[in-house]
Amino acid sequence: MALQTYRRRTFWHRLDVRGAPYAFVAPFFVVFAAFSFYPLLYTAWISLHRVELSSMDLMEWVGLDNFTALWVDERFWNALANTFTLGVLSTVPQLLMALGLAHLLHYRLRGSAFFRVAALTPYATSVGAAALVFTMLFERDFGMINWLLGLVGMDPVNWENDKWAAQLAISSIVIWRWTGYNALLYLAAMQAVPDERYEAAALDGASRWQQFRMVTIPGIRSTVVFTIVLSTIGATQLFGEPLIFGQGPNGITGGADNQYQTLGLLLYEEGWKNYQMGRAATIAWAMFLLLILVFVAQRVVKRLAARHVSRSSQ
Amino acid sequence: MSVRKTMTRRSLAVVAAAAALGLVAGCGGSGAADTGGGIKDGKVTITMGLYGVMGFKEAGLLERYEKEHPNVTIKAEIAGDEQTYYTALQTHLAAGSGLKDIQGIEVGRAKELVDTRATTFADLSKVPGTGHFLPWKQNQVTTADKKVIGLGTDIGPMAVCYRKDLFAQAGLPTDREKVAELWAGDWSKYVDAGRKFKSGFKGDGVAFMDSASGLFNAMIYGSSRQFYDTKGELIHRKNPVVTGAWDLAAEAASADLTAKLRQFQPGWDPGLANGTFATTVCPAWMLAHISEKAGPKNKGKWDVAKAPKGANWGGSFLGVMEQSPVKDEAKKLVAWLTAPEQQAYLFEKLGNFPSSEKALKAPEVADAKSEYFSSAPIGEIFGAAAREIPDKQVLGRKDGTIKDIFSQGLTLIEAQGKSKDAAWKTTDDRIKKATG
Repeated sequence: MALQTYRRRTFWHRLDVRGAPYAFVAPFFVVFAAFSFYPLLYTAWISLHRVELSSMDLMEWVGLDNFTALWVDERFWNALANTFTLGVLSTVPQLLMALGLAHLLHYRLRGSAFFRVAALTPYATSVGAAALVFTMLFERDFGMINWLLGLVGMDPVNWENDKWAAQLAISSIVIWRWTGYNALLYLAAMQAVPDERYEAAALDGASRWQQFRMVTIPGIRSTVVFTIVLSTIGATQLFGEPLIFGQGPNGITGGADNQYQTLGLLLYEEGWKNYQMGRAATIAWAMFLLLILVFVAQRVVKRLAARHVSRSSQ
Repeated sequence: MSVRKTMTRRSLAVVAAAAALGLVAGCGGSGAADTGGGIKDGKVTITMGLYGVMGFKEAGLLERYEKEHPNVTIKAEIAGDEQTYYTALQTHLAAGSGLKDIQGIEVGRAKELVDTRATTFADLSKVPGTGHFLPWKQNQVTTADKKVIGLGTDIGPMAVCYRKDLFAQAGLPTDREKVAELWAGDWSKYVDAGRKFKSGFKGDGVAFMDSASGLFNAMIYGSSRQFYDTKGELIHRKNPVVTGAWDLAAEAASADLTAKLRQFQPGWDPGLANGTFATTVCPAWMLAHISEKAGPKNKGKWDVAKAPKGANWGGSFLGVMEQSPVKDEAKKLVAWLTAPEQQAYLFEKLGNFPSSEKALKAPEVADAKSEYFSSAPIGEIFGAAAREIPDKQVLGRKDGTIKDIFSQGLTLIEAQGKSKDAAWKTTDDRIKKATG
């Protein structure tokens, strides 16, 4: 009897010690399974079918046909190229400007709190509001940008219909929204760089610019890497800005000539304009595989670089 | 103390696990046939799913119905944008849940619903007092075996809205009868008038029409066969109506007669206000938009002339769901909302043009004049256009999508300098992808 109670007690005790941690983390994993893992698998299943939104109950098995069709679909490669160029156009200037801005904010200046808050306000603006205002600024006939260009004697630019003009305009929305945010991240990192290093550099006769290059940049390297990763993820997901910039049917197709259609928009077009869920799911999976590919490539490059470094140091 | 602690921890763990399970269970569906409507203690609740400005709520008609039928409560849910509304409706139809008792149907979706979802809608062909619609309107929602899945609300007969002052500057007539004569019977005469306008207009920055796609749409929407044949096969490549409209619209685009704008997009609204184009092909419902965007300073400068051929752009229906627990009450409500008196009232209040032949004859419609548009007799002009439309129009499942693709194809010529043939090839490829 006593033994039994003891055994039962140890059973509960062991379950408590061993099992409780799992129970505690269970909510996250259950939610993850329901809202991430299951949709991921179901999307893969859908991508192997021909299925329309209006009749999701009728799925026709097509195997890998959707994937082979996507591989030879020029719209896919066009969207991929656009996603890349829009990513470069928006990320590179954004981070460079953020670095410069952070450097300026790092100086002692009057009303620094105001400037810091001001730098963050674009980040607090919703994509929709920002994109709408920029769309009006970039309007062909009555937009402010073309009006300003006219003042200095330049011809109006057809921002929406010209490929690179459109991509520049969309990038400017992204740059405007995220520069301040990245600048504050850099600023926080810069303030953590010890003053002694600057003093030592100054003693060695380093100019301001040399100090910035040799002390500040290495000091905030990990933050720079972090912002690059973050902006790259943001760039691959670019969707709201071009959608609103194009307004209506042109937003979904990324312009009449698909001149600024990103992968996200192509997915949306297939799914919510053509109502072809199988093809939309295929694009979703292609994007997922692309991210994995980028990740693997990055690991390989890193390992090769590390080997190179270790060999050259020997 | 330590015992209590473990107890708390254990119960916490149980709670956490239970909560997690509950979350998952919460995702399961509830009752399938629940439309939110029903009868309880003699009180009838009817739910409606609407979009845009169909006007029933805005003009107070739902309230009036409730007042006249004290036992009825109407709950209307109005989505701003039809695209969003239809996406949701499709998922609800596929899942068989989340539907309302009454659902709005846009004409661009009518064929798809008639073809794929006719069984989920109640048959309205035998509802008393519904013989008053324009025949072509009713045919848009009638299945092959004569089932009617919706009753017509408004329509969008088309005319040409033009700026009198700009016409005068270009040496063209300004009187609406004379203007209509310029292009009577043939859209190519409309383009000819554009050429005259272009050569006669001294000055810069004013095009004859807003966009080539407006012209294209008007030509397509006036014919009995458009993008599909009666078997549901695509015929856009060989249908002379489509190729003819494409050729003429492309001609207008390359002759620089268009302002290269897209209707309802940025640039178009300020264009209305500042006069960057002299004409736009306008369905009846566009007048409210033009007068609002062009503003009071342009009052009396705009006028409306008859289009070369009657055409229709847009319009809606109200359907009753088969699974609704208050089907009969919902049918009664739909019949009342689409009755001639209510249609005429909605026209007076909001300008939604009636699809009821009887309402078209009502004095408040037939004699209606628009003060903003130089007192143009809009009831007469649009009413005549509505009667000119062929009784049997063959609609297709993807008409709306194909229309958008053609608009973009014309933009390729208008604004991106593509050749007509290259633009046609791109358009044809896109149609293949969108319908395949």
